[in-house]
Amino acid sequence: MQNDSVGSRLGMWLFLFTELMLFGGLFLLYAVYSNRYPAEFSRASKELSTIMGSLNTVVLLTSSLFVVLAVAGIRNNKPRHTVAFLLATIACAGIFLGVKSVEWSEKYHHGLFPNTPTLLAKPKGEIVFFNLYFTITGLHAIHIIIGAIVLGIITWSVYSGKTSSNDYVSLENSGLYWHLVDLIWIYIFPLFYLVVP
Amino acid sequence: MTMESNHHLNFLAPQPDRSWLGSWIFSTDHKRIGILYLVAISTFFLVGLCLGLLMRLELIAPGGIIMGPQTYNALFTVHGVIMIFLVVIPSIPAVFGNMILPIQLGAKDVFFPRLNLLSWWLYMFGAGVAVISLFTGGGPPDTGWTFYVPFSTMTKSNTTLSVFGVFILGFSGILTGLNFITTVHRLKPSTTPWMKLPLFTWSLYFTAWIQVLVTPILAITLLLIILERVIGLGLFDPTKGGDPLLYQHLFWIYSHPAVYIMILPAMGVISEIVPVFARKPAFGYRAIVFSGFVIATAGSMVWAHHMFVAGISDTAVMVFSFLTFVVAIPSAIKVFNWTATLYKGSIYLGPPLLYALAFIFLFSLGGLQGLILGSAGTDMHVHDTYFVVGHFHYVVFGGAIFGFFAALHYWLPKMFGRLYNYEWATAALFLKFIGFNLLYFTMLIMGVQGMPRRYYDYLPEFQNLQVISTVGSWILAAGIIMMVINLFYGMRYGEKAGDNPWGGATLEWTVSSPPPAENFEGEPVLTRSPYDFKDIKAPHAE
Ligand SMILES: [Cu+2]
Repeated sequence: MQNDSVGSRLGMWLFLFTELMLFGGLFLLYAVYSNRYPAEFSRASKELSTIMGSLNTVVLLTSSLFVVLAVAGIRNNKPRHTVAFLLATIACAGIFLGVKSVEWSEKYHHGLFPNTPTLLAKPKGEIVFFNLYFTITGLHAIHIIIGAIVLGIITWSVYSGKTSSNDYVSLENSGLYWHLVDLIWIYIFPLFYLVVP
Repeated sequence: MTMESNHHLNFLAPQPDRSWLGSWIFSTDHKRIGILYLVAISTFFLVGLCLGLLMRLELIAPGGIIMGPQTYNALFTVHGVIMIFLVVIPSIPAVFGNMILPIQLGAKDVFFPRLNLLSWWLYMFGAGVAVISLFTGGGPPDTGWTFYVPFSTMTKSNTTLSVFGVFILGFSGILTGLNFITTVHRLKPSTTPWMKLPLFTWSLYFTAWIQVLVTPILAITLLLIILERVIGLGLFDPTKGGDPLLYQHLFWIYSHPAVYIMILPAMGVISEIVPVFARKPAFGYRAIVFSGFVIATAGSMVWAHHMFVAGISDTAVMVFSFLTFVVAIPSAIKVFNWTATLYKGSIYLGPPLLYALAFIFLFSLGGLQGLILGSAGTDMHVHDTYFVVGHFHYVVFGGAIFGFFAALHYWLPKMFGRLYNYEWATAALFLKFIGFNLLYFTMLIMGVQGMPRRYYDYLPEFQNLQVISTVGSWILAAGIIMMVINLFYGMRYGEKAGDNPWGGATLEWTVSSPPPAENFEGEPVLTRSPYDFKDIKAPHAE
């Protein structure tokens, strides 16, 4: 029963579904609050760097491409390609987290962080915006870290020959997870960086 | 001893290559994991029971008797958290889903056996965290099991840790649900048509979907509570632009469907027992399956009936009130189907059926009380009174836990190969039934008279009913202790049950009792419908 890759994939899809619901709860809060404070949301959104956000979007989309190429590599029985593309994906994860931490620390130095006096002095809608921003991007960053660790383990498994063209459902499943993390960012980016008044 | 011959041994047999403890807590055998859950959940049930008894003792007279008000607050919170998150939500799926589902399906194990073991470890870890939260920091949580903001974000009690424990328990439930869904889809023999699956399997399948769908919402809500407490996030704090009402929405988006996570598996148990003891096919098999599906979907859209007086709009009140009435229909369909199955059957009133009948009676009463709460007008009157507490216990205790008791009396002989004493089982049920109604029906009356829930003290006019209620709790507890002793004794020293004591037609009754380590010798072949009892003998049900 371990060799039933359809079943393993079904299990993975169900898990991805729960991840979507997890973020779904936060997106629900976003929907309600952005509806309540439209002007504040668009004003607060201007304080985020669209350039940084776009850069990270490009980085994550590229990383998803690498994952696809990694899976294609093992399918064509070229594990060296797979290892290379997986390492490139993990590098992208590193770049993403680097950019994110620059953004976060810049905000932090401006006093924009949950429960700081500077933030609490702002209008309520903007406080909510930044609270949501830090919660959602923080949770997303944790998922990036987990995803990178999982990909690291898989890289080792491909390198040592445990995962091969005969059985690579674990690689496919970690790839799916990475795509999901990417997909969630595709929602986060416009919701926070591109709010139009 | 070769590996081959090992497979024919029953799953309880000692495994010479492992230590006794290791052969249990690291076993990936679904039946052993089921027993691990049974031990853990029964233990927590008895703890929760003791807390409940202490509360009832405190309420035997007005004023302080054996504890102060803060202890009382902690007691009703911890009683609720233990009973809901550690006992009732996992109960039937984790114990009997694990023990029975793969065998009923014709599989050797669940689809992800190691993940299954991980679920149990997560359960124990979450439970451990919840227990530690009682004795550390600012003392046991005092928020009530609903962790409502703003109190849960401000109280000095150790709420952060207990919320974190519940968060982990949620993961355990999600993984079990995910495992069961995959098991049903991938390990159902291709020769078995979907419409020949046993009704218990169907109920677990729908329950698993609800669990996978809504538990993440609870997880994120609890995470926000933790963030609010630890870093002062404030997404539910009005001074920071947040809205406490949204906490209630998110909480009930999970917690109303959670009622169906609790009750659907119990309904599955009853759907299994009633045909076997009436020697008749389940009446309206398709209607029972379909109503399970309707409960799972419609039940996810009624959450705001918990918030009629919380400040939602009149339109919302009407919509949610209407939907609540709609979701009562599929439950009623099931009750009609069970009674129709009994009608003109050749009924044997064995203990499992008696427990099932107690379930039907108590659950029907609980469901009807639910309609009183679901109608906005009457809800205004009884909201936050003992009526809610009484109703809740009729549904969750009289429903889910009596369903669990029924499952114990139906399947434990299969798992351990021995029978319990019928007279004792019946007497214990009788005690529980009397005690239960004394305990909770008085709460309904007090609720209508205006006794608020969660109060440490009360006016003298409630004295008589409070005393009756407390005496009821003693009778109920006596019945439970009697049942536990009877089952324990029976499983060790009882008469041999044989493979099929009740004359069931589903696959678990075709294997030996206790079942062999890998359930079936060779591929199981389904030769009959799950409720076709032609030519099946019922040696212990005649
Ligand atoms: Cu409800």
